Amino acid sequence: MYLYDEFDRILVAERVAEFRDQVRRRLSGELTEDEFKSLRLMNGVYLQLHAYMLRIAIPYGTLSSDQMRTLAHVARRYDRNYGHFTTRQNLQFNWIRLADLPDAMSDLARAGLHGMQTSGNCVRNITTDQWAGVAPDETEDPRVWAELLRQHSTLHPEFSFLPRKFKIAVTAASHDRAAVKIHDIGLRLYTNELGESGFEVSVGGGLGRTPFLGKIINPFLQKRDLLSYVEAILRVYNQYGRRDNIYKARIKILVHDLGAAAFAKEVEDEWRAIRDGTLALDPAAIAAVVARFRRPHYQQLADDPPELVAALESERRFKSWYLNAVARHKWAGYAIVTLSLKPEGGPPGDATAEQMDAIADLADRYSHSEIRVGHEQNLVLPHVRQTDLPRLWRALDEIGVATPNIGLISDIIACPGLDYCSLANARAIPVAQELSRRFRDLSHAGGLGRLHINISGCINACGHHHVGHIGILGVEKNGEEFYQVTIGGRADEQAELGTLLGPAVPATKITDFVEDIVDAYLELRERPDELFIDTVKRVGVEPFKERVYAVH
Amino acid sequence: MPFIKDGQIVADQFVRVADDQPVPDATPVLLSAERLLREADQLVIRAAPLGVVWPNNRNLVELLPYLQRLAVVGLVFPTFRDGRAYSQARLLRERHGFRNELRATGQVLRDQFLFLVRAGFDAFEVAKPTDAVAFTEVMRRFSVFYQPTGDGRMTVRRARQATAVSFQRAAPRAQDLPA
Amino acid sequence: MTSPLERKTKITGPMVVTANRLTDGAVIFRTADGRWTTQLGLAGVVNTAVAAHELLAAAVADDVRAVGAYLAPVELTPEGAVQPGNLRERIRVSGPTIELPAVPVSPGGARVSL
Repeated sequence: MYLYDEFDRILVAERVAEFRDQVRRRLSGELTEDEFKSLRLMNGVYLQLHAYMLRIAIPYGTLSSDQMRTLAHVARRYDRNYGHFTTRQNLQFNWIRLADLPDAMSDLARAGLHGMQTSGNCVRNITTDQWAGVAPDETEDPRVWAELLRQHSTLHPEFSFLPRKFKIAVTAASHDRAAVKIHDIGLRLYTNELGESGFEVSVGGGLGRTPFLGKIINPFLQKRDLLSYVEAILRVYNQYGRRDNIYKARIKILVHDLGAAAFAKEVEDEWRAIRDGTLALDPAAIAAVVARFRRPHYQQLADDPPELVAALESERRFKSWYLNAVARHKWAGYAIVTLSLKPEGGPPGDATAEQMDAIADLADRYSHSEIRVGHEQNLVLPHVRQTDLPRLWRALDEIGVATPNIGLISDIIACPGLDYCSLANARAIPVAQELSRRFRDLSHAGGLGRLHINISGCINACGHHHVGHIGILGVEKNGEEFYQVTIGGRADEQAELGTLLGPAVPATKITDFVEDIVDAYLELRERPDELFIDTVKRVGVEPFKERVYAVH
Repeated sequence: MPFIKDGQIVADQFVRVADDQPVPDATPVLLSAERLLREADQLVIRAAPLGVVWPNNRNLVELLPYLQRLAVVGLVFPTFRDGRAYSQARLLRERHGFRNELRATGQVLRDQFLFLVRAGFDAFEVAKPTDAVAFTEVMRRFSVFYQPTGDGRMTVRRARQATAVSFQRAAPRAQDLPA
Repeated sequence: MTSPLERKTKITGPMVVTANRLTDGAVIFRTADGRWTTQLGLAGVVNTAVAAHELLAAAVADDVRAVGAYLAPVELTPEGAVQPGNLRERIRVSGPTIELPAVPVSPGGARVSL
């Protein structure tokens, strides 16, 4: 993981001091809310239904155990003993007081954590694959590029007042776990036929009221040109993005209105003027950032060591978990372990302070002190020796993060919804909890295979429902909560927006409705191992519609 | 409204003249873009300094022919949240070599001072007197800057290079060590 | 994202002005005599557009105490008690409808709510 140097640390400390002064001036009335709101948003401070919310950036989803402990400390000291991991690899605290924020931020800053630019019309947390650096299908570690972009976009004087928020994601694997196609800029690092490594750049992806998948505007960008090219995109957006209507202000609208080719040309014209300037990345600049990524010293180990094999044979529950939550690692003898934050009936993505501390300890013992946060709201221990898996599993089981439902129907992604969020029209968490209980039978869930349910409590789509295999959108009709369902969405390298199944159903019916969709899938699938998403692709939405709405 | 130039609160020498008013001869004036373009021929031969307030939604290309003749270019922040003028400022300074006064107008608030200076502004029509008084203090808020702009401030990248080089220099060479 | 403040206000029934307290974000209601209370029962109830906008304007001006003031519907019980008028306001008054995450006491042991 990236180690802050003194410059990184000083910047965060200076930002905390600035915010402390801004809070003081707000509390005294010297700043109106209109003047203060943008400032607090740029530090990740929202106002929700019941309280302020602090959104803390976890850059490209990588946390040290010390940082996790600091999050636990803040949860205990300033909040209600828990935090919520989000679909953008951030953490949210829901009960924080404005007056306490400077102190909380100061505590966070000591561990190199902050809420800078997790909200506001600026470049947000740059996200990537939660398996970055350890995934077998990766060409190289995308986090280096995410870090270069993070620094470049932090307190950027020209781009801190964009028309709207700006989200960038990077992937370097054949399986896109970072959902780059639904980001304002999506960067796919790959190696071309000449053996050169560079970026495929897509622009204008995003969900919300008008969902779009990103369009490729540069099929191969040299690494040297990454910062200048992104600068050019941002400059075009800053100048020409709409400012008259917040629903038309994202770059996806600009790209759609101009057309990808015309937009690409605007970018190229601007880029030509700056590509050989100070933003050109020379090998030394890249090496300086690479050098600050601390990598574990892996031991020379063999795959499938005896302890593991024995445990798989003797302990059935361990085996179920192993088959579900443990993935192959780049290095022989190691494994990538996913921790489920989706216990049966629990709010998706939440962790208590106690769990955070326990996970930090386990990371120290078993994962070279490193933890990852995924945009599916689960955690990852990325450097686990296969020999340690049985011991680790027992410990994870004890703290309630070993439910073997990773990627299954009960591994639900949900936004906080109307229980917390002032933008919401309907609740999302109770729907997730109900569904999680309905599909509690793990062997049944296993039999359904990979099946992503995404739930959003409003059209802003923080639950990414457009790209769920089953997407659920909460709406309000005459004061009642209703849920609109789409199927066939995907967030990966074959990204697709889901198709509406039919009229929205009331809250009392949504769980049965989803079960009917699952029953339809079981009836329609060609073979047991044909995934839900592939069945939808093969037969289309009509057969599902017929079956589900026949009952409803 | 307080006016800051080169870090000091000073009197503003420039007078805004409405489009339908005559332009006084011996006074430094700030005119609208429309007027500048319409009356450019007469205006550029004036002895007194000439300035323009350029809207944030108008392409700079029309302004470029007059840049060297303008003592002041004023850019506009209709609200502080509308950041288009930051790009205009950087382009004027860094691409088109504008060296004279670049003035921030509109809703200009203290918490944007440093961004404005980094983008190339050196004069500010400040909305609140309390903000104007705090200008110097606000300039000291940050000492670390990741991005190079035209302001000449040391970036983190250069500071890191400097540290690396000095470390190399500090390390004794083998031949200098005692035998 | 239409906040209630931005939606056209239809005074179809009794309303109160609500906001969040500046210091801690707590849910508060405007009283008839120009103060703020956390008790819905003490809120000033308005029934006409004129009264509503007057109450709201005063609340919005009180920027140093309250943030994001808007008009919220309420219901009056037969006894005259004031109740939240929709789900959103019910949630603001009573808190999230879900149990906040529990703290495991021991492996497989009873979970204790916070």
